[in-house]
Amino acid sequence: MDIMSSLGDGFLIALTWQNLGLAVLGCFLGTIMGALPGLGPSNGVAILIPLAFTLGLGATPSLILLTSVYYGAMYGGRISSILLGIPGDEPAMMTVLDGHPMAKAGRAGEALSLSGVASFVGAFLATWGLIFLAPQLVKFALLFGPAEYFALFALAFATLGGVSSTNQAKSAFAAMLGLGLAVVGVDTQTGVPRLTFGEVHLYDGLDFLVAIVGLFALSEVFIFLEHRHGEADADSKKIEVGRLTPSWAMLKYCTPTMLRTSVLGFVAGVLPGAGASLGSFISYSMEKKLVDKKGTFGTGDPRGVAAPEAGNNAAAGGALVPMLSLGVPGSGTTAVLLAVLLALNITPGPLLFQNNPDVVWGLIAALFIANIMLLLMNIPMVGLFTRVLMIPPRILMPIVAMVSFVGIYGISGSSFDLLVMIAFGVGGWVLRKLDVPLVPIILGTLLGNTMENNLRRAVTISNGDYMTLIDSPLSIGLWTVAIVGFILPIFVGKLVKGRMRARRDAEGSTSD
Amino acid sequence: MAFKHLRTALAVAGLALTASGASAQFAPEQPECIAPANPGGGWDFTCRQVGKTMQDIGLISKTMQVVNLAGGGGGVAYAEVVNKRNDSSDLIVAASTATATRLAQGAYPGNTMDQVRWLASIGADYGVIAVAADSDIETLPELLDMIKNDPRSVSVAGGSAVGGWDHLKVLIAANAYGVEDVRTVKYIAFDGGGEAVTQLLAGSVQAFTGDLSEAKGFVDSGDIKVIAVLAPERLEGEFAAFPTAKEQGVDAIGANWRGFYAPAGMTDEAYDAWVSMIGELYASPEWKEIMAANGLAPLNLQGAEFETFVSDSVTQIQDISREIGIIK
Repeated sequence: MDIMSSLGDGFLIALTWQNLGLAVLGCFLGTIMGALPGLGPSNGVAILIPLAFTLGLGATPSLILLTSVYYGAMYGGRISSILLGIPGDEPAMMTVLDGHPMAKAGRAGEALSLSGVASFVGAFLATWGLIFLAPQLVKFALLFGPAEYFALFALAFATLGGVSSTNQAKSAFAAMLGLGLAVVGVDTQTGVPRLTFGEVHLYDGLDFLVAIVGLFALSEVFIFLEHRHGEADADSKKIEVGRLTPSWAMLKYCTPTMLRTSVLGFVAGVLPGAGASLGSFISYSMEKKLVDKKGTFGTGDPRGVAAPEAGNNAAAGGALVPMLSLGVPGSGTTAVLLAVLLALNITPGPLLFQNNPDVVWGLIAALFIANIMLLLMNIPMVGLFTRVLMIPPRILMPIVAMVSFVGIYGISGSSFDLLVMIAFGVGGWVLRKLDVPLVPIILGTLLGNTMENNLRRAVTISNGDYMTLIDSPLSIGLWTVAIVGFILPIFVGKLVKGRMRARRDAEGSTSD
Repeated sequence: MAFKHLRTALAVAGLALTASGASAQFAPEQPECIAPANPGGGWDFTCRQVGKTMQDIGLISKTMQVVNLAGGGGGVAYAEVVNKRNDSSDLIVAASTATATRLAQGAYPGNTMDQVRWLASIGADYGVIAVAADSDIETLPELLDMIKNDPRSVSVAGGSAVGGWDHLKVLIAANAYGVEDVRTVKYIAFDGGGEAVTQLLAGSVQAFTGDLSEAKGFVDSGDIKVIAVLAPERLEGEFAAFPTAKEQGVDAIGANWRGFYAPAGMTDEAYDAWVSMIGELYASPEWKEIMAANGLAPLNLQGAEFETFVSDSVTQIQDISREIGIIK
């Protein structure tokens, strides 16, 4: 048991009073940062880097502090998603879909604690995955070339029907809108600026955080302004917090979901080109296709809360695999952690596990500690969080507006981003009036760019031959799942019968 | 408030005492470094590493505040400094060859290199061209021959966008080897050097163009082999094993320098003080260690010398870009 003894050494390093104190601090700050709209894990970590340096912390304590913030923010993102319907950061977006309806139905406490448990399960399993599978998973990640990534993203979009419980056409429209917005910026494959109108702020494309905060938070404020004396106030009076902890029956009911989505999220996290947002997205839509027989997803199904939370926290753990073993960050936050490692004179990469075992195992032990601490911290705090719902909207909404503006300006320091955010807010308000779901827009913006780049990389490499997209068994498999997942619910197998009878039996069970 | 002023005054006085005899009496009150990109990239690294080391060796008394001002490949930060922070004396901004490349190609609309003052360099990252460890290709001419005979047979991956520095490096080499139309070289842009190397390992592409620091970890682990360093002569230490392009008959040099610029309206004392502080930093053993650990090669240019260097490099990139049709 070589691994266990290394892990034991890691715990010896991590379990000092100073490190435990840093973990508590990091978890707490991370949770808050995750919950505030605008501040996500990557900004949270970046903000605390100077603190780590100022305190003169060594490599392991710094990493403990910063990974606690990372995991804390992944936990915290769900709080505002559930309570306000405003995602605290990108990966928490899917939690809005069922978490907010649950809160509206007076089950906010349950939703919060359930998502806390789901986060724990996801992160816990992912940390074990990191320990046992890191070397093998690197080989798996290497199976993914541009063509395979494109197929993976296509799969994500094919299952988009799972995202919205309302009109499918509106959902598709929203996704297209998002894809369109993703085109803005300098095209990396040609170096040509697209739809930037000579505005240098748009050269890097639209910032997802700005889009999310605008679409969700500001449009909420606009809706409130519109109904100033009417429904909004009345609504809040009806809201009850309900019980604070989920029943055992509910936990049991959600356990298979949590386990499945943890695995799925972890795998998505391991792929450097995918990341946590894709992890929670795929977790949710696959889970919906798999278990949502009665169409309760999107209306406050507890499994719809557990799925994305387990998925995105597992993806956060998974994203550490390519960062540590390849030196390739799988998400924005791991890019920041990578920079911290470099600043501490530790070179992540294939040799990290051999050259700096104390850092790696100390970090892994810290992940376990942070995770358990977050669970312990979050469950009792549910009662506190739910108080947010008691705040009357006339006080809450100005606070939301203020936090949005301060948060976005604090990150980018650019007033242009504030204008973009307001534009998104107005757009979000109009779309809400038209009953167009907002989540697919963000998904389109978030994933569209990477998807397009991978398509064009694949086609360029093959000198314009589109057959390259279905050239490997892996991409054929992904496409099959995507097509089956897309067509089966619509035509119940009529069209696919001849073409893929053999595959459907194998895949049908996972995509129906 | 009064206390804060007192503290600042004390700090300034303290610094002035320690720097007695030095030409400049200026000490930044609130040292600030703008990294024109999101946290995690090279510019961010430059700011944070320099800020940390400067504090460690006592060049600045306060923590360097690092501000990430991403956008437009550095263009947002550049415009911000020129338009809004032009007279700040406490501010420095991380820059690299990428900054010069974009200035040369006019990718910062309305901005030119003489709108700021160039302070000093802190090292250079030489370009490398690498292939997977199990590739049949052993030398740079072999690779370039393949490109010459059938450009479609070789895909080269790099971390910068098309027209960016990673792309230009491979074109410089191809040009020097006599590839007629360098525009036929198949370059695939990835999101950063790490992803590009990963795709080399995955076998999606045949060659990698990037910086030595990006490739270092994978060379150590034996996953990739460097077939050419684009340096004037062989590097020192553990990197001495890599052949230069020059010794293989391909006269191509490509260095990604890292350094800083400052607002044009900065006072002369402040400019001199920053230049000498970065100079002292560069000379310190602490910085030498960081350079060694990160594969940074020596490039020690300060003040006027650095200004000339940047201006030359902008001209050179303009020439190449024109040749390959990226700018007219």
